[in-house]
Amino acid sequence: MTTAPIASELDLLIGTKWKKPSFIQRPWLRWGLIIGFVIYLIAAISSVEVNWARVYEGLERGAAFIKAFMAPDFVSRWTDIRDGMLESLIMTVASTVVGVLISIPIGLGAARNIAPLPVYLLCRGIIAISRALQEIIVAILLVAIFGFGPLAGFLTLSFASIGFMSKLLAEDIESTDKVPAEAIKATGASWLQWVNYGVQPQVFPRLVGLSMYRLDINFRESAILGLVGAGGIGATLNTAFDRYEFDTAAAILILIIGTVMALEYISGIIRARVQ
Amino acid sequence: MAIISLSDGRKTWRRFTPSQQVTRWFAYLVAVAVFVWCWNRISEATTWFFVWDAPRIAGDILSRATPPRWSYIDKLWWPIWDTINIATLGTIAALFMAVPVAFMAARNTTPSRLFIRPIALLIIVATRSINSLIWALLLIAIIGPGVFAGIVAIAIRSIGFCAKLLYEAIEEIDHSQVEAITATGGSRWQVMAYGIVPQIMPAFAGIAVFRWDINIRESTVLGLVGAGGIGLQLSSSLNVLAWPQVTLILLVILVAVVVGEWVSAKVRGAII
Repeated sequence: MTTAPIASELDLLIGTKWKKPSFIQRPWLRWGLIIGFVIYLIAAISSVEVNWARVYEGLERGAAFIKAFMAPDFVSRWTDIRDGMLESLIMTVASTVVGVLISIPIGLGAARNIAPLPVYLLCRGIIAISRALQEIIVAILLVAIFGFGPLAGFLTLSFASIGFMSKLLAEDIESTDKVPAEAIKATGASWLQWVNYGVQPQVFPRLVGLSMYRLDINFRESAILGLVGAGGIGATLNTAFDRYEFDTAAAILILIIGTVMALEYISGIIRARVQ
Repeated sequence: MAIISLSDGRKTWRRFTPSQQVTRWFAYLVAVAVFVWCWNRISEATTWFFVWDAPRIAGDILSRATPPRWSYIDKLWWPIWDTINIATLGTIAALFMAVPVAFMAARNTTPSRLFIRPIALLIIVATRSINSLIWALLLIAIIGPGVFAGIVAIAIRSIGFCAKLLYEAIEEIDHSQVEAITATGGSRWQVMAYGIVPQIMPAFAGIAVFRWDINIRESTVLGLVGAGGIGLQLSSSLNVLAWPQVTLILLVILVAVVVGEWVSAKVRGAII
């Protein structure tokens, strides 16, 4: 009988209850992870001090905030809100432009199929530094160096954009199709022509998409830079919270959410057109 | 791509047709104009005297900030523990809230496309577009400063991110497995548990670890607004201009971020 081995395997299975296969196959690893995690969780939760009386007191204020969200107050601090939003948008646009422009050469340098090793290492180093440092920490340092105002915020966002854009751009360049680039090279093109006609058309749609995405991120980040004095809507928002003017804060939050949604919508249209 | 005839009758290849070229130049012109206007506004709001003085100030801060005050590390162990707790507990809480939101937002599992899906999408957009520092500000105004406010801020902020990635994973599942479970007579919940959940489990674990990595970064600065963690030490050191302590804290944050990224990359590598 040719089916004998299969039948015997089946015989073993028949009668036993089916059990759902576990996500982690090895039992010792599974139970080790579960037990370790539970111990950590107990230690972590017991070390968090919660002042429940204070939280209970705060519920009233929470309700007030939700009520304020239903009736946001755009009017009484309108000039502050308008100036702050405008400053945030200006910082966003300027820093995205500068960030993208700088990240193109760095992205080219960080692609292993284009750049020689020393350039590659240098560019990867720049990317690593830019990505490891938090925006808000960079902003604190730059405010200390350049003084209060949107310039510090603009520089912060540009710096943060460089790491993000260059890394993704370099990865995209590394995964381009070699054939068109080789064809351009075979015509006797110079290095610049080779990049412009062999590589650039392949990565351009993605570059546009990434730029739009970064514009969106930069706007969201610009909303908090004001907390440390680097310009934008954050300062107004912080003041509104400090004075418990929840209706004004709600108005600002609604404006931020609305702007982010609008940016996402626009970037969706642009990306669809480019690709 | 276009073949253009030159004035002497010869033909040549250009990448863009003349009309395409004009549109492109116009777009560039608008972009440059917008940028110049933005730059002027920034320039107006800047005290240029401080900027010209910046290299000296930067050198001054650097000389004050080095070497780091290593002995200060004794006071940092507890804040580091708090920071990790904020990130981890915040991520766990976020995942608990993100799962139902994701199931409500995915086209193939939502109970109602007309009413519930838009609400779920609104939750995703609203929580995602507001930074965790702003959530922390809000929560400190409501429930008072401390680690708890930080955990809740991280949790709320992460809902949108996790739910968005998770609902995209749910929408991409293989439908035949769901049909197979349905064909055996499984109830709605059984279909979910045996047909959908096993398919999205790897994506779920990946998202959880990825978000945990991001949350480690974010929780290091939550203290700046009073929401606990190592940021509290950072802001108090900055307030008294104790630059050697600031350097040490920044180094600790850098190490935490790098370790977090390494762990998350390892775990994701093991899953995928």
